[in-house]
Amino acid sequence: MTSIAIPPGMPQYDDVPRYDVEAVRADFPILGREVNGHPMVYLDSANTSQKPRQVLDALRQHYERHNGNVSRSVHTVGTEATEAYEGARAKVATFINAPSPDEVVFVKNSTEAINLVAYAFSNASVGAGGDPRFRLGPGDEIVISEMEHHSNIVPWQLLCERTGATLRWFPVTDGGRLDESGLEELVNERTKLVSFVHMSNILGTINATARITERVRQVGALLLLDCSQSVPHLPVDVVDLDADFIAFTGHKMCAPSGIGVLWGRGELLAAMPPVFGGGSMIETVAMTGSTYAPPPARFEAGTPPIAEAVALGAAVDYLTGIGMRAIQWHEKELTAYALDALETVPGLRIFGPTVPVGRGGTISFGLEGIHPHDVGQVLDAEGVEVRVGHHCARPVCVRFGVPATTRASFYLYTTTGEVDALVRGLEQVRKVFG
Amino acid sequence: MQVDQLYQEIILDHYKHPHGRGLREPYAAEAHHVNPTCGDEVTIRVALDDDTLSDVSYDGMGCSISQASASVLHELLTGRDTGQAFAVHAAFVELMSGRGQVTPEEELLGDAVAFAGVARYPARVKCALLPWMAFKDAAARAGVDVEAGNEDSNERSEVKTA
Ligand SMILES: Cc1ncc(COP(=O)(O)O)c(C=O)c1O
Repeated sequence: MTSIAIPPGMPQYDDVPRYDVEAVRADFPILGREVNGHPMVYLDSANTSQKPRQVLDALRQHYERHNGNVSRSVHTVGTEATEAYEGARAKVATFINAPSPDEVVFVKNSTEAINLVAYAFSNASVGAGGDPRFRLGPGDEIVISEMEHHSNIVPWQLLCERTGATLRWFPVTDGGRLDESGLEELVNERTKLVSFVHMSNILGTINATARITERVRQVGALLLLDCSQSVPHLPVDVVDLDADFIAFTGHKMCAPSGIGVLWGRGELLAAMPPVFGGGSMIETVAMTGSTYAPPPARFEAGTPPIAEAVALGAAVDYLTGIGMRAIQWHEKELTAYALDALETVPGLRIFGPTVPVGRGGTISFGLEGIHPHDVGQVLDAEGVEVRVGHHCARPVCVRFGVPATTRASFYLYTTTGEVDALVRGLEQVRKVFG
Repeated sequence: MQVDQLYQEIILDHYKHPHGRGLREPYAAEAHHVNPTCGDEVTIRVALDDDTLSDVSYDGMGCSISQASASVLHELLTGRDTGQAFAVHAAFVELMSGRGQVTPEEELLGDAVAFAGVARYPARVKCALLPWMAFKDAAARAGVDVEAGNEDSNERSEVKTA
């Protein structure tokens, strides 16, 4: 790495918060295991993260000590469970700087969060009385991008099929960034919603949102950001982002699977029709019709993933304890190191930004003449766990003319030694297929 | 697990120097299969001369296992009568479904015995089976009675329109 002098008055490198990576690793029991006779090198955190003991303990403690259903019991454990569940909501709200915990809707994962918004649009579009901001019909447009995860593509394709609206998208540049050159035309008076990824799960790109947000406001559309990959890895502040909705998923941020979050501006959630009907989401039910609870309860029909939400609260505590700024910086340094190291591998091509600026610690690459499946298989034999395939972002693969890529992704517990193991593993791959 | 059990020399050989690759005319029917989880693709064409498979041609894109498997399939099945071909097909499917516990029938399977190691890698079994499932589909479309074959493919199949 080249070093540059930072002008006085600017934040210096020493000001960056740091933590002891080895101490962090000791919190994650699974990181001590072996794979195929080698210490496991887990480089698939963009897929799902590992879980620290603190989160696993919270999960077990909840079931061992406080288990009851929420919001429907007067008894002690029911009250404790409700307090823990609502406490987790408040922790999540603070974590993303949401003005109120009531803006945090617990769902199953990012996919459900995005679908929930899509179906709210649907429901507002049939019959009379839907809030005009959520009404869609022929002539209306939804804008996404070419670098989306399938879960931020397919719900909108389905919504457009149901309503007759048109789906459009931002292209991606050769360098793996959003091509905003057509912004003015793409986002226009017909646009009702713009939904795009904050950090790409395949290219690693962190999208600058300000210009798009400004345009979205100009035309009076709504903005959803898929923050599945950003909330786990960097400080995310919904007020600062000025979004209308964000979606993220617990299992990528040290929490268990089965819990995710839809954050929405309070006033918008209040204007949104319900999507799932059932217990806990109602105000009053009569055989002739029902009225609905205010958000977030309106969107949480049925018994929610209680213990998972509590564990997400514990994960938020854990991440906050280390510091999101520190985690962001750790991954930035690691990414710089990895980009340099990967450059030394003959025949390796990186898809996405090749400098550690405006990108996170998720690096997709191809090895000339060797299929990613084969790369992943040989790496696994060396204990190195990466993801291969289209990463649920097939349009990106098509954009770069490859059927699949190999992807290494980092997190707070990843070390430079593990990046070295990856590079050594790639030598082995080249030996087998050379 | 030893990775060289998976990547047998024979498999790497077929991958690097595929036999009979390319789609040929004339043909009775073809089938295009994709593995939706990884995007691997293969197209298989069968040409029939009465009950004999006068040609099995193919093209594809994917990992070493799926592409080598197509090459081996071409070599094993071309020139056989359909009854024999489906006996080989059934033996290969059985081998791949055996989680490494099935002893391959060398006589019948030829180079395909090298895929015995693949059966120990559940994530890769689909790769090996991809061309064989496409073959079965193509044969069925050509009017061959394939009832004797194995039914547990869950790859998607489509008739090629191009
Ligand atoms: C950018 C992005 N969006 C959405 C998702 C979907 O997350 P989940 O599968 O937890 O719903 C993922 C993760 O797979 C992702 O990386």
